[in-house]
Amino acid sequence: MSLLDYFRTSKPNTASLAKERLQILVAHERSSRNQPSYLPDLQKELLDVIRKYVNVSQDAITVHFDQDGNQETLEVNIVLPEDR
Amino acid sequence: MARIIVVTSGKGGVGKTTTSAAIAMGLAKRGHKTAVIDFDVGLRNLDLIMGCERRVVYDLVNVINNEATLNQALIKDKRCENLFILPASQTRDKDALSTEGIERILEELSKEFRYIVCDSPAGIERGATLAMYFADDAFVVTNPEVSSVRDSDRMLGILASKSRRAEKGEEPIKEYLLLTRYSPERVKLGEMLSVDDVQEILSLHLLGVIPESKSVLSASNSGTPVILDEESDAGQAYADIIARYLGENRPHRFIEEKKTGLFSKIFGGK
Repeated sequence: MSLLDYFRTSKPNTASLAKERLQILVAHERSSRNQPSYLPDLQKELLDVIRKYVNVSQDAITVHFDQDGNQETLEVNIVLPEDR
Repeated sequence: MARIIVVTSGKGGVGKTTTSAAIAMGLAKRGHKTAVIDFDVGLRNLDLIMGCERRVVYDLVNVINNEATLNQALIKDKRCENLFILPASQTRDKDALSTEGIERILEELSKEFRYIVCDSPAGIERGATLAMYFADDAFVVTNPEVSSVRDSDRMLGILASKSRRAEKGEEPIKEYLLLTRYSPERVKLGEMLSVDDVQEILSLHLLGVIPESKSVLSASNSGTPVILDEESDAGQAYADIIARYLGENRPHRFIEEKKTGLFSKIFGGK
């Protein structure tokens, strides 16, 4: 490392990195905060009903809630086992 | 009718108890009759910071369980006649707190006091949620550091959904940001989140910035709320916060790096 390099290398600005990470994280956590509180129960009951007919695992069902302006979408995704 | 202030943060060690002690003393010194309640059942420390640890006879849980009256449990501050401290229990656990019990205590205090400061424990368990449940104002104590900012945002979510005002559909709790342990020098070097960064992320009204200061440890060593150290930067910062909260217009201080003169550069100022 030459003497010139020594003066050129500035320390990385970790504060701006922190800000960027926080902005993404906080935005994500705020969006899930507004989910209706019945989602976990809904997921559990749906799983029970499906299990009456098909043997699926705990993580085979995902319930996703989205809010976009006035429109609310509830997306239920069930992965059935390959061998029936 | 009293105004109920909760001092909260989510994360531990950011300065909730220091802040509770300072603002309670600050409000009392301004002539307002003030009570400060420690909600950290099992890990009480407000008594120590206030310097009244040897005068604790009854505590919050005793009053809830009707084992003592409120007047028996309240400790009158020896420095300011307008200030009273209600300590937490050291021997019970957080489940000893009941919503009804706290409501009754706050109602009784409201008849006599102008301000009630609730010192919340860290975390989001019973003590913390009860400390904020009945609040009118929330002082969100935050350090310019990622985990503290994240936890503060989480607390804002709880304030907005799980408080009495939220459940009753009343006007929401007024939320204020108190940025503590701030170091303008490190912000300038790009090592620390700036006050603008934190405000942008949390979008909160800034009540004040408390600089990282040796006087805070000295104050807790001696059991004196730091606001009584009028010479210190932290003490002055808390005095500003009280003034702003009471509606006075005070420009923000301690955000810019201190200008060190040649004299103090050579001889080492404080």
